[in-house]
Amino acid sequence: MTVSSDVSVAETLKKRSQLLKTLRAFFYARSVTEVETPILSSAAVPDVHLHSLSTQVRIPGEAEKQSFYLHTSPEYPMKRLLCNGSGDIFYLGKVFRDGDLSPRHQVEFTMLEWYRLGFSMFDLIDEVIGLLQTVLNKQCKVERLSYREAFQAYADIEDIFTATAAECRACLARFKVPEVLGVEEDDKALWEQLVLTEVIESRLGRDGITVLYHYPAREAALAQICVEDSMQAERFEVFVNGMELANGYHELADSETYQYRFEASLQQRAECGLPAVPLDKRLLQALAQTPLPDCSGVALGVDRLFALQQGLGDIRQGMAFGLRDV
Amino acid sequence: MASYSTNEFKGGLKFLMDGQPCSIIENTIVQPGKGQAFNRVKYRNLVTGRVLEKTFKSGEKVEAADVIDTELQYLYNDGEHWHFMDPESFDQYQTEEAAVADVSKWLTEQDMCTVTLFNGQPISVTPPKQVTLEVVETDPGLKGDTAGTGGKPATLNTGAVVQVPLFVQIGEKVIVNTEKGEYVSRAK
Repeated sequence: MTVSSDVSVAETLKKRSQLLKTLRAFFYARSVTEVETPILSSAAVPDVHLHSLSTQVRIPGEAEKQSFYLHTSPEYPMKRLLCNGSGDIFYLGKVFRDGDLSPRHQVEFTMLEWYRLGFSMFDLIDEVIGLLQTVLNKQCKVERLSYREAFQAYADIEDIFTATAAECRACLARFKVPEVLGVEEDDKALWEQLVLTEVIESRLGRDGITVLYHYPAREAALAQICVEDSMQAERFEVFVNGMELANGYHELADSETYQYRFEASLQQRAECGLPAVPLDKRLLQALAQTPLPDCSGVALGVDRLFALQQGLGDIRQGMAFGLRDV
Repeated sequence: MASYSTNEFKGGLKFLMDGQPCSIIENTIVQPGKGQAFNRVKYRNLVTGRVLEKTFKSGEKVEAADVIDTELQYLYNDGEHWHFMDPESFDQYQTEEAAVADVSKWLTEQDMCTVTLFNGQPISVTPPKQVTLEVVETDPGLKGDTAGTGGKPATLNTGAVVQVPLFVQIGEKVIVNTEKGEYVSRAK
């Protein structure tokens, strides 16, 4: 709001307050419990593309200050609550991601994350769409595409799961994407990601909401693998105006698979020369005692949602203060 | 040679691409929630002036370009080279036509210019925003029109041609905006 006049600062604050109220009302009406999870954690997310901030905490009785990480999402403690029988829950609050600053990113930003027991991925997609239609206040067009269909429809790639790196590069050339530096010629996964971000995503949700689902299994993160097709994961993303708004999963349930995926991420971190991070042992213990109840969960960027609702070009314009203002 | 990682990219950063000095105009980070980050970079080749785009995988490095902007005095043109001097150190620089091609028509001896040096060699010259030049040729007729409703072309002593009001006569000095190539006013 630093770019606006004083009058519109007050207006923007009110509209943002109204959005938070609308979001909470949506969940209260569905008997979903709001939870506050800790921002600090002795463990960090091992995902190679997420960078946690860390801080030093003085604890009485300890000679040395202890390292704690600021959460990049409330996922792990929320899952511990689910294992402990919390039932449906949501979190609406700040999260932190180091290094992310752009018109669509702030290091400190507001996330809405929620978990619904007994929901399939498709049930949760419907609920996300319902929420977006409530906030964006329109019965807008909704497009549901599988990841594979999106590559067919928007990039003319018949089957992205079997396409080669060369086919992906040819697609980028066909759509006149500027030259890309630093990617190995045969790195199929990265060329595929570039087709998604440089060719497809900017055209998703142009006149409504687009949901992509069934992402490749290698990008499952903590989503279940499809029973019918082990190449695909029960993961979805939601786009409006070419911008990713939400990322959801039909959640993994058992402790061993979590352990396995975490260790794969640690391995990947080592290969990229990134420091190892302590894994969330308490989450793994909780899952080992009681597997996660069958549920689906999703995280949604509230600053992006507000920017879309208000037609702002930079999410910072909808925040009281951005990183550069504090 | 110094280098910059993509996380140091920002507007104005000077780097080498294919051996040519370039300056970043716009750097946008593409950070998917679950995926490799990239930097979408729009930059200007400082030799050709062309604006180009490339996408860098985050963590990639580029070589730093030894590019500085410095204020130099234009001395003279010997028919092949344009000569400039640092008024404090008296260091002299000479440049070929390419670096001054678009702006040579605004250069008057003794004027201070912003000269961009790459590895100590001038690659581009920015003339002062406003220069005072003499009208050497223009249609002398149409006296008495002071309302400035029309205009006429006038050739200036450097060879530049600009539109001037009808009352401007041969031998008069005029102030010209070099960015727009437009007449500003008569000079006293």
